[in-house]
This record gives sequence, C-alpha cells and structure tokens, in this order.
Amino acid sequence: MNPVLKIEKLTKSFGGLTAVNGFALELAEHEIHGIIGPNGAGKTTVFNLITGVYRPDSGHILLEEKEIANLPPDVISRSGIARTFQNIRLFSQMSVLDNIKVALHQRSNYRLWDVILGLKRFRSQEKVIAKESLEYLEYFGLTNRHNEVAGSLSYGEQRRLEIARALATHPKVLLLDEPAAGMNPREVEDLISFIRKIHHDFGLAILIIEHQMPVIMDLCTHVQVVDFGQTIAAGDPETVTNDPLVIRAYLGEEEVEEHEASGN
Amino acid sequence: MKQHQTTKPMSLITKLRTATPSWSILAIAFLALSGVLELLGDMDYLNQYYLHILIIVGMNIILVASLNLVNGYLGEFALGHAGFMAVGAYTAAVIATKIGPPGLPTLIIALIGSTLAAALIGYLVGLITFKTVGDYLAIITLGFNMIIVNAIQNIDYLGGPRGFIGIPKATNLFIVAICVVLTYTVLRNLVYSDHGRRWISIRENAIAAELMGIDINRAKNMAFTIAAAFAGLAGGLWAQYQQFITPKSFDYIKTTDLLVMLYLGGTGSLSGSILGVVFYTVLMEVLRNVLSMIDPRLAELRMLISPLILVVVMLTKQSGLMGNREWRWFSPRKEENTDESCS
Ligand SMILES: Nc1ncnc2c1ncn2[C@@H]1O[C@H](COP(=O)(O)OP(=O)(O)OP(=O)(O)O)[C@@H](O)[C@H]1O
Ligand SMILES: [Mg+2]
Repeated sequence: MNPVLKIEKLTKSFGGLTAVNGFALELAEHEIHGIIGPNGAGKTTVFNLITGVYRPDSGHILLEEKEIANLPPDVISRSGIARTFQNIRLFSQMSVLDNIKVALHQRSNYRLWDVILGLKRFRSQEKVIAKESLEYLEYFGLTNRHNEVAGSLSYGEQRRLEIARALATHPKVLLLDEPAAGMNPREVEDLISFIRKIHHDFGLAILIIEHQMPVIMDLCTHVQVVDFGQTIAAGDPETVTNDPLVIRAYLGEEEVEEHEASGN
Repeated sequence: MKQHQTTKPMSLITKLRTATPSWSILAIAFLALSGVLELLGDMDYLNQYYLHILIIVGMNIILVASLNLVNGYLGEFALGHAGFMAVGAYTAAVIATKIGPPGLPTLIIALIGSTLAAALIGYLVGLITFKTVGDYLAIITLGFNMIIVNAIQNIDYLGGPRGFIGIPKATNLFIVAICVVLTYTVLRNLVYSDHGRRWISIRENAIAAELMGIDINRAKNMAFTIAAAFAGLAGGLWAQYQQFITPKSFDYIKTTDLLVMLYLGGTGSLSGSILGVVFYTVLMEVLRNVLSMIDPRLAELRMLISPLILVVVMLTKQSGLMGNREWRWFSPRKEENTDESCS
C-alpha cells in the first residue's frame, strides 16, 4: 500500500543551526507513528515543515504522492493535513463553538452576496454548520461549554478542543505535537484511549510527537528517534527504546557511563 | 416561526431580514423613529441643530462600524479610514454636480458610485498591505490617507485646496438612517458568517488560522475592501449633506476622531461602535456649548479633550465600553433554536 505521507531527505537550517537534517518518513494509511527525541532535536520543526509554516531548504513532502513542500500553509491544510500545537493555539476570545465553526469554513458554499443580503442559502447553511459543530463538541464532551470563550477552558479541555478543531478540517493526516504535555499519569491514560478512539472513528493516519513514553508505547506501531535533526533510530517502540544510541542521546554521555557502570 | 408559503416577490424588507426576526423589528422601529424626527424637523417642531447632530451621529456610526471590521474584528491597526471617506465624498460630489439633476435617483447613483469607488481603492490598498502587519500596516495606511488628501488638493477639477462647492443637498436624517440600517444589516450578517469568523480567527492566532486552511491575504483584503466601501458610502452622504467639502476635512485628524470613537465604544463589537459614536459626539457638542458659554475662545479646548479621552480609555479600560461583547439584539439567535422549524 502506498503511504499517505512520505517525506524524503528533508532539511532545514536556521542560520548555522541545522534543525532538521535529511529527515525521512513513510506513514501508511491508518497508521500511528511516533517521533521522539530530546529537547531541541528538531521534532516541532518537522511539523512546521510538513504544515508549511517553514519552507524546507531541500527535500520532498508527498501527501498521497502529491508534492506539498513549498505550498502555503492554507493550501496544505486544505489538501488534508491538520495539527495541534505544542503550546496550544486556540482562538481564545472566540466561543468554543466558533472555534469549530472556523475549522468548518470550507464546508459552506454560500457566496458573499448571500451573506450581504442575508439570503436563504446563507441562513440555512449557517444552521448546518452550527449543527455539525455541535456534533463535534458532543463527541469531544464539550457541549456544555459551547458558549464560553475558548480561553476560559481548563488546560485539558483546551487540548481536547484543539484536537476537535483539527479534526473538523477533515484531515487525512493528523499531527499531534506533545498532546500529553503537562498531564498526570491518569490524564495520560485517558488521552491514550481517546486518541485510540478518534483514530478508529475517523480512520486517520496520525503522527505523534511525545515525551511521555506511555503514549508512544501504547499507540505507535513505529517510532523514530531524532537527535540534532537526524534520525538515529527507527523501528517498533520496544526495540527503539532499548537501543543504546537512543539511551545515550536521551541521557547524555556521562550519565550513560554512570548508567552502564551502575548496571554492572 | 417562519411562514412556509412566501409567494410574494422578495421585497426590501425580506431581504433585510436576517437570521433573527427581532433584528428586522429593530430596524423598522429605528427607521420609523428617524422618519418621524425628520418630519418634525421639516415642520420646524424639532430644532435643526438636533437634527444636524443626529445626522452626524448616523454618518459616524457607518464610519466607525466599518473601521471596526479592520481594527476590531480583523485586529489590524489601520490609520487611513478618512481617506476612503474622501474617495466616496469626492466621487459623490462629481456625480451629483456633473451628471444628474438633483433628486433621489441622483442621490442613489451618487451613493452607489461613492461606495464602489472607495471599495476599489480599499481593494488596492489591501493588495499593497498584503505582506505587512502591525506598525508597517499602520504607517502604510496613514501614508495612503495623506496621499489621497494631497492628491485631491492638487486636482483643480475637484476644487483643489479650496474645496468642492455647490453640491446639491440631498442627504437628510431619513436617508442617513436607511444607510445605517443597511450598513448594520450587512456588517452583522458578515460578522456572524464564515467571513467574520475568518477575520476574528486571524486576529486571535494568524498561524492557527492559516493552518485551518484560511487564505489570510484574501480574508484580509475582503475586510479592507468592505470597510472602505462603507467609508465611501458615509463620504457620499457627507458630501451631499454639507454641500461643500474640502480635502482637509478628510485628513488624519478625522481618522483619529474615528479611532477615538471606535476604541471608546470597544473594538470587535457592533453595539460598541454605536455607543462610542453617540457618547463621543454628544460629549463633544456639550463641551463645545459649555466651553463657549464660559468664553468663546475656550471652545477649541475640546480638541485637546478628545485625544485625552483616548489615552484615558487605553490606560483604564482597553476593551472600551463594549469590547468584544454585544447587545443581545445584535447577536444571532442562540444555537439551540437553530434546528429546522418548518419540516
Ligand atoms: N524559527 C526558528 N528560528 C531559529 N531557530 C529555530 C527556529 N525554530 C526552531 N529553531 C531551533 O531549531 C532547533 C529545533 O527546535 P524544535 O522546536 O524543532 O525542537 P523540538 O524537538 O520540538 O524540541 P522540544 O522537545 O523542546 O519541543 C532548536 O535548536 C531551536 O532553537
Ligand atoms: Mg517541540
């Protein structure tokens, strides 16, 4: 089967710093993939390159065999990639419901004139949009908060709303950047079953960046470890997390020696 | 709620009807009141001075509400609104004097002309500012305002610095009220549509908005164009009310006045724009009267008070009187009642 998302030799430098170096990836349909690595390894930069926030220096990003590298972010989004952010980026002054409605903006096909004159096409489609948005909120357990501004939600609810908003764009690939950041083990457990549920219900391919290992171990079929912009290991979660190179990257040289010494 | 068997051809009233019935009632009540006041004025039961204030308030409401699209909903800081008003005013002046005989048809043609001309200029300014935000956008739009004023000053056909005289008087309170209702109906529809939500989302987080598939340049330019169009409409009304316009009356001082009213009322709120305009205009008139009663030379002191108000608002209550909130009448009906009622 052809991968939904295929990345080849992706490279990006900021001044003298090569944040991403020859990154490659193949994400099959309906697969969950993990990316791990120490702070500053270049994980978020990969997401920014995929979504068009940054332009790659070189390399290819293929969505269903169509090149999307160098396309503007809004075009990439419309072709089927959605994401959440490491530091939540909701439309905080907008209502919870309107956050979803924004994501559904491509669904309406009323024209400017329909809006200006308040014609039926506009009014009836607004109802459809409202109804569909409420369905998303229902699914994500946020119905009772729909009239509140997004900024007033609790941290966990904001994370959920951000995922809901991403899904409302009807993506083929969903990118989650540290969805479990700042969560306690219980909340992490809930998140894991939740991601499993949306993965099943929406039939998506998902790419997750995460430091919380349970998320990676429980959800991902394949993990890729990045350090200084380079992939240093890849494979199934078990193998990868036992790779000495990976342990070294995470703990740093000296600690590895201590680690090994104490192990003896 | 909604009658199923509408067989009549679409009247203006049905076109003005939006999602909520209370809106059309509000609009009709407002028009009726303005009509009565206009009649009272015509029959000399109402002091012309009050009529004048109401007309100014109406035109300023159109200006401030449209400025709100860009500076409030879209969240940019544009400083050239009076420039678009100038485009509209001079377009209307030319149409009204050189083309038709005085009368309602000419007034309507002149107003449509001023709206379209300003929209076109707004679209072009929007194109130029595509890649700019923040300070740069503020400076470019300010520059545009100065360029327009200077350009008009150098066009003899438009009367140059001395101004354009002899425009037939066609605007009255009722006409202004119709334009206010029209403006507010359109703006309200827009704000609660995909367009409005795109603008607000760009203001709230441009990166996230773009990653929702929103074409930011397009959305921005649409806000610019529509805001300019309504500023042009107000300019057209203004020209045909004052009968005499000078380039100076559309310089950055006018823009500043509009900004004061906008921020006083609160950005991102249509009701706030009304409050800001009424509050500010009435305050200025009261000050003018009170100060000149004490000493005529003091009257110009109110020009000092206007910027002072802005400073105080920004220091104490940045959200203004209504920031991002709305009177209930101005919001669409609650989502719970949006289910199909007739099938
Ligand atoms: N816009 C930018 N300009 C300059 N340097 C940048 C920029 N974005 C990222 N970097 C640098 O690129 C490197 C990789 O950053 P990135 O955010 O991708 O790391 P990360 O793997 O997501 O780390 P973390 O786990 O802390 O989120 C860092 O050294 C960072 O400082
Ligand atoms: Mg990161």
